[in-house]
Parts: sequence; structure tokens; C-alpha cells
Amino acid sequence: MPHTLAVQTLDQVRLISLQRPQALNALNTQLLGELADALAEAETDPGIGAVVITGSARAFAAGADIAEMAQRDLVGMLDDPRQASWQRITAFKKPLVAAINGYALGGGCELAMHADILIAGSDALFGQPEINLGIMPGAGGTQRLLRAVGKSMAMQMVLTGEPISARQAQQAGLVSEVTQPELTVERALQIAHAIAAKAPLAVRLAKEALLKAMDTDLASGLRFERHVFTLLAGTQDREEGIRAFQEKRRASFTGH
Amino acid sequence: MTFEHILFTIEAGVATLSLNRPEQLNSFNAKMHGEVREALKHVRQDAEVRVLLLTGEGRGFCAGQDLADRNVAPGSEAPDLGESIEQFYNPLIRALRDLPMPVICAVNGVAAGAGANIPLACDLVLAARSASFIQAFCKIGLVPDSGGTWSLPRLVGMARAKALALLGERLSAEQAVEWGLIYRCVDDVDLRDEALKLARHLATQPTYGLALIKRSLNASFNNSFEEQLELEKDLQRLAGRSEDYREGVSAFMAKRTPSFKGR
Repeated sequence: MPHTLAVQTLDQVRLISLQRPQALNALNTQLLGELADALAEAETDPGIGAVVITGSARAFAAGADIAEMAQRDLVGMLDDPRQASWQRITAFKKPLVAAINGYALGGGCELAMHADILIAGSDALFGQPEINLGIMPGAGGTQRLLRAVGKSMAMQMVLTGEPISARQAQQAGLVSEVTQPELTVERALQIAHAIAAKAPLAVRLAKEALLKAMDTDLASGLRFERHVFTLLAGTQDREEGIRAFQEKRRASFTGH
Repeated sequence: MTFEHILFTIEAGVATLSLNRPEQLNSFNAKMHGEVREALKHVRQDAEVRVLLLTGEGRGFCAGQDLADRNVAPGSEAPDLGESIEQFYNPLIRALRDLPMPVICAVNGVAAGAGANIPLACDLVLAARSASFIQAFCKIGLVPDSGGTWSLPRLVGMARAKALALLGERLSAEQAVEWGLIYRCVDDVDLRDEALKLARHLATQPTYGLALIKRSLNASFNNSFEEQLELEKDLQRLAGRSEDYREGVSAFMAKRTPSFKGR
């Protein structure tokens, strides 16, 4: 059992809650490692169609564990074990929905941006305050943030360390929905359940195609899209999906 | 809890916070801000508290900022008033507006400057007949703060809001009621009793539901019609899960008086 997470399975959705309340869910090596493990487990479990990750009402995650980070010098940073965990989290193939209440700062904001869909409570705050400590974002904060909110807002956030509200984050495109804080997790679960009911292969390839758009040129992206689109023609679920549509009934997907 | 510049008591679900610098018409200095902040934090965290009553001691309610506390000697550097708003007034206004329970304000006397706008951040405002509201900011070259420029046009309309803010004239309690700025005006001797009666009533009501009502109404000025319908849906979803809703329905069916717990 992980020590820094609570893991629940709700039908085809796995709900992972960060649980280091005394540290506002600061992401230390142990938590990131356990999170990467939990995601790996969800990925290999055929019964799981999507994952929701959340924190507490006060904080999704307030950053990295500063005390832990302070102990690492240049060489220590080179061998930072957290890097491997981040890579494993990035590589997660199933849909990942983040339900964010309260603080999503520093590593917490970066973790939220690893999710495919971000749902925020109206009291959520997103920020990259690393600059205040004489450092800078180191887990995608300068890259994913710019792609999500555009250059000016990303520069302002990263260079001043000032956070933005849930509404601002939605207007900028960082999050897709803002809900009442008490309903954030519920809404994220709803979305995850809706996705988990779709054809797993189509979901997986669609996610991959969308992520391609983040780091490739349009022509290559379109080519990739066409390839995986074609690939789906060989699946049973495609046949089932089209037939169910024609027969006006609910499709029953098997993942094949 | 004992404070120097405020009186703060909690009794039967009613927290009463009274500004207590009567010689200075309860104007704010840094220490009073700190004490109010601490009391409001307590109100927020104490599950027993189901309503807050805010009032003032002596003949005034609150004269806003204590200008003696703001050192602007001739020839000295201009003060950063934005800093004081950021540090003191805005957090106070947000705290009052966001408290998950009804906030009653009993305006016992003159309410000037920030003191005229603090009541507007509360939910139900009663005023003594002799009380008055003065947007005094324009008299000293300042802008109404503490949410005044937001609340005033929404409560009394833009024409009256501009007159109040640009002229800084005294608005009587009776006129304030007539204009829709506040809820009720009562005789001076009755103010405390009437306010307490209201507070004690609300303290027996389904507080959680009341907090959601407050949230929805607070949001309505900023939301579109569609957004507000969505918000009502979400808040009703939450309200429907409360113990008090169950109690309310079963008491109604059984034709008995409900006993609400505030959750």
C-alpha cells in the first residue's frame, strides 16, 4: 500500500488522491514514486479505463518538497530520482483527469498539467512560484504552461511567481471546466466514467494523436492522425460502434 | 477571547463582533484590523457558529480608516494606499462575503468611508434611525474602497451611486432603506434587540443551505443567466445532500417543527 496516496477503484475509474496533508501534498520523492507506481498499475489493469487524480480541499499540491530539494547540490540534481518518476507519469497512456481544488503551485501545477483534462474548483490557484526561491520550474512548467496559456501569461507567471485564479486559468485554456469546489472530484469522475465507457483503443490513440499536436509540426501531426485513424479500422470495437449507431442502441466495447 | 479594540462573544450559535474604539468612532487601525481578522477566522472555523452579527460600540458604527494611523506628513513620500487595501480592507471584505453563514450588520451610528462600505459586504443590514452612511472618500481626494464602487451601483443604481460617491453627502438610514441600500431601519433603542432577534432566528435555520443561498446570490451579479442556472443546479445538488434538507422534508411531512443542525 502506498503511504502518500489513497487509491480507490470506482467501476472502471481509478481515483488517486494525494495524501500528505501536513505538507499540503508537497511532491517529495516518495509521493512521486508511489504515484508513478499507481499509474503503472492502472495502466496494466484491463478493468480501468481512466484515472482521476486529486488532492485535498485545501491543496491539490503546493509544490515540490523544498526541504528535500535543498539537500541536493548540482551533482545531486543531476541524479535526481524524481526525474524518473516524472518520466513514468508523462508516459501514462490512459486518460488522466485532474480534479484541482486549492493550491496547484510549482510541481503541483506541473503535475496538474500532466493530466489530459483539468477540472478546477472555483477556489483553485495555479502558479509557478519557483522564481521566488531563486530556481525555476523543472518538471515541464516552462513548456506545458506556455503551450496552455500562451507566452505573455506564461512569462508573467513564471517570472513573477504570481498565481492565477481558476477563472483566469479557464479563460486562458489551462483548465476546461470550473466547478463549485465541493463538486470538483465528482465532475472529474463523471468525465472519467464517460471516457471509460468508450472504445479503449480509440481513446488511447486519440489521446496519443492529441499529444502529438503539442510537439510536432502540423503535417507530421496530420500524418500521424491518419495512421492511427486507419489502424482503428482493424478493430472489432469500430465495427461495434458503427453498428450500434446504425441500430440506435448503446455500443458495448470490448477493447479489441 | 479578549481583544483591545473589539468585543467578541459567541452565544447559542450567534457570534457577535462589535467594533470597540468608541472615542475614534470605531475607525480602523492596524491592530483593530488584526483583531477583526482573528475573530473572523475563529467564526469560520467554529462549527457551532451559525450566524455573525457585526456592530459598533458607542455613537458611531465605523468611521473607516483612522487617518491618525496613516502618516502623511507634508513633504514626506506619498503613501501606497493600495498596499493598505491589499493588506487589510480587501481581505476583510472578502472574509465577510465568503463566510459560509449569514452575516448581519447592525449599523448603530455614523458609517463613513470604508465604514459605510463594510455593511454592504454583509448579508442583512439593519440600521438605527439616527445612523447615516457617508461615502467620505471624495472629500479627501480618494476613491470609495472596500467594495463600495462595486456594491453601490448594484444596490441603488448608477445615478444614485455616482451622487453618493462624488458628493459624499450624508445618507440617512431611512433614505438608505428607501433606496434599497440596506434592509431595515429601526428605532435606536431597538437596534440591538432587533438585530439579536434576527440573529437568533437565523441560528436555528439550515445554515448550510443559507450559506449556499448567499453564495448563489453573491455570484448572480457576475454571472450570465445560463451560468447562474448552472450554479443553481450545482448548489441545489449540494443542498439536497444535507442533513437539514432531510430534516426539513420529514418535518414538513410529519407536520412538526424541524430541528436543523446547520449541516
